[in-house]
Amino acid sequence: MTGGSTTGDDGARPVDTEAVDGNPDSAPWPLWEVFVRSSRGLSHVHAGSLHAPDAGMAVRNARDLYTRRNEGVSVWVVPSNAITATDPDAKGAYFESAAGKDYRHATYYTKSEGVKHL
Amino acid sequence: MSGESATRISTGEALTAEDIAAANDAGTRASDDVAQYALRLGDDSLILAQRLGWWISRAPELEEDVALGNIGLDLIGHARSFLTYAGGAWGKTEDDLAYFRSETEFRSAHIFEQPNGDFARTIARQLVVSYFQYELYSRLVDSTDETLAAIAAKAVKEVAYHRDHSVQWVLRLALGTEESRRRMIAGIKLTWPYVEELFQDDELIEKPGGAAVRPSELREPFDALIAEVFAEAELDIPDVPSSLGGGRQGRHSEHLGYILAEMQVLAREHPGASW
Amino acid sequence: MATPSSGLSAVKDIPVPDEAAEAGQAHFDQIMADDSRIEPRDWMPEKYRKSLVRQIGQHAHSEIIGMQPEANWITRAPSLKRKSILMAKVQDEAGHGLYLYSAAESLGTSRDTMMDQLITGKARYSSIFNYPAVTWADMGAIGWLVDGAAIVNQVPLCRASYGPYGRAMVRVCKEESFHQRQGFEILLELANGTEAQKQMAQDAVDRWYAPSLMMFGPPDSDSPNSQQSMQWNIKRFTNDELRQRFVDMLAEQVKVLGLTLPDPDLKWNEERGHYDFGELDWDEFKEVLAGRGPCNSQRMERRREAHEEGTWVREAAVAYARKTAAKRAEQEAGAAS
Repeated sequence: MTGGSTTGDDGARPVDTEAVDGNPDSAPWPLWEVFVRSSRGLSHVHAGSLHAPDAGMAVRNARDLYTRRNEGVSVWVVPSNAITATDPDAKGAYFESAAGKDYRHATYYTKSEGVKHL
Repeated sequence: MSGESATRISTGEALTAEDIAAANDAGTRASDDVAQYALRLGDDSLILAQRLGWWISRAPELEEDVALGNIGLDLIGHARSFLTYAGGAWGKTEDDLAYFRSETEFRSAHIFEQPNGDFARTIARQLVVSYFQYELYSRLVDSTDETLAAIAAKAVKEVAYHRDHSVQWVLRLALGTEESRRRMIAGIKLTWPYVEELFQDDELIEKPGGAAVRPSELREPFDALIAEVFAEAELDIPDVPSSLGGGRQGRHSEHLGYILAEMQVLAREHPGASW
Repeated sequence: MATPSSGLSAVKDIPVPDEAAEAGQAHFDQIMADDSRIEPRDWMPEKYRKSLVRQIGQHAHSEIIGMQPEANWITRAPSLKRKSILMAKVQDEAGHGLYLYSAAESLGTSRDTMMDQLITGKARYSSIFNYPAVTWADMGAIGWLVDGAAIVNQVPLCRASYGPYGRAMVRVCKEESFHQRQGFEILLELANGTEAQKQMAQDAVDRWYAPSLMMFGPPDSDSPNSQQSMQWNIKRFTNDELRQRFVDMLAEQVKVLGLTLPDPDLKWNEERGHYDFGELDWDEFKEVLAGRGPCNSQRMERRREAHEEGTWVREAAVAYARKTAAKRAEQEAGAAS
């Protein structure tokens, strides 16, 4: 398996990315999230993150860092601060409604068990 | 832990130095002329890889350590293939050739032995070399010599990436800050005297016939592409005299001796040892 | 925590109402009890966060500083095959450092801050890298012993309670097993080589053995942070447990090499089902930790130099990104009007 998520970041990120001494170029390189498609037919999976000055360098750095062992056939990079995530404190409201709706899963329907091709 | 996936370093089914060594043993050997030609290409990549190896752990940012490492690894791979193939003609291994030849027996062009300098100078050298090698390998794939063609087929894809890497940095350094622009221009100026030598034909290049690529053929496409890069980066070709060269005949600058002294010291301390 | 975290983390200064903190603590405790995973935006005790930033940061720094003793031999590697393997390995270490910095960054401390702590000497890295790599055999001994100890340490960390750390470690461990094997093979080749090569191998093992055992940290009786880390499911085994596991492995592997380990007290103990081994010289460990190792200042100097020499390059890239973004915005504005 490749493409196991490294950071699994969901939006919590540092904010100390400001320039010092009023020099706008002294700011650290921004952070990017990297998604790698390990082979054709599969989704891009979050692989980790890296720093790069812009998208062009980010995608190249991602290739160098996350596909050194034939891990990928395609790479996406996304600025970390462009990711909007669900609020972990509101996870009840977001995700618990799906629980209790067992009827959405095939395993709910037991009476048809043993019927072929169903 | 899955050890299998971790131990696989080289890519898929690409030709490796080991494959070529096996072919040598099976009798598919280069003629002396082809071997002399392969030696030049192998030495170019070897000396450059040796230079780039210095950067690892010293690059301007950690991501760049990884990037330069990839380029260095590609180059050692090319060197190993070419040298293994060349060595087949003379009953020598890649390591015999890399570690037990003296300065005057090396056939690399002068540009490859130029010092790293600052990052801009290294990038200037990378720009010239990667564009030169790309033009060369993209023609060598049609070589009448199957092994050279196969080595080139793998190398050309990797060198395409080296080309891209150098252009990205040339643009950023040339158009970034005042300081980076000044350094980029200085780096190009220091590199340019060694461009001419890369494109010189000589007697040897005629001998292997269709197996080799004539360097002079590469000059025009090289100039055209470099002109495009320089236009975008707002750079000019520096007005500097070309060095006489002589690397292909074994006449080198003072740099090569130090490179070899470092590279060969351990192997020469233990002749005949295996590692 | 009453004291502000000296700019260590940006997320922390937001005052959390007691009620939320209580609910957060309950959730956190439940996660620990279930042996589940904490993710970056979950509430976590301040000490847990700090302890993780310290540990992951130290770990990342060790990878980056750890590049140096081996990079020292890239240009002198005695065969082209070994040269490529070594270069790939040192490059992997940069990669591992990057995976780990990413994990630490998800806790709210930027890589820039951590790098700054490293080059100003405020952050630690593994002391073992303050020993010099003086012969080629050291490449073998570092792979076999240092990477070997690292793997024994790191495999349990793949299950660390902090999700991003565990995931980074899965990736690291997968790649690290190549490092240990290539080291072992270097030694094997030397041990079966000429007399001089064999001596070189034995000498390297003699020098790296004890320091590698010390990589597991001080004895349990003298390890203040261990207990808490165990409770938080960050550490899974004690220092001494892991050290014993490592010695048991080495004692067998060294036979394949035909070399010896420099410990007269090393002996199989039938009753314990483990190898007994001699006392380690913890005074030396403390000396090196305190900065008096042979290479402390050299390692720091190199990292500082690389970082400072790289400043103009990093700034150029930022300037270029800024200028091209501005140009693009201008063009788009022009196209729109």
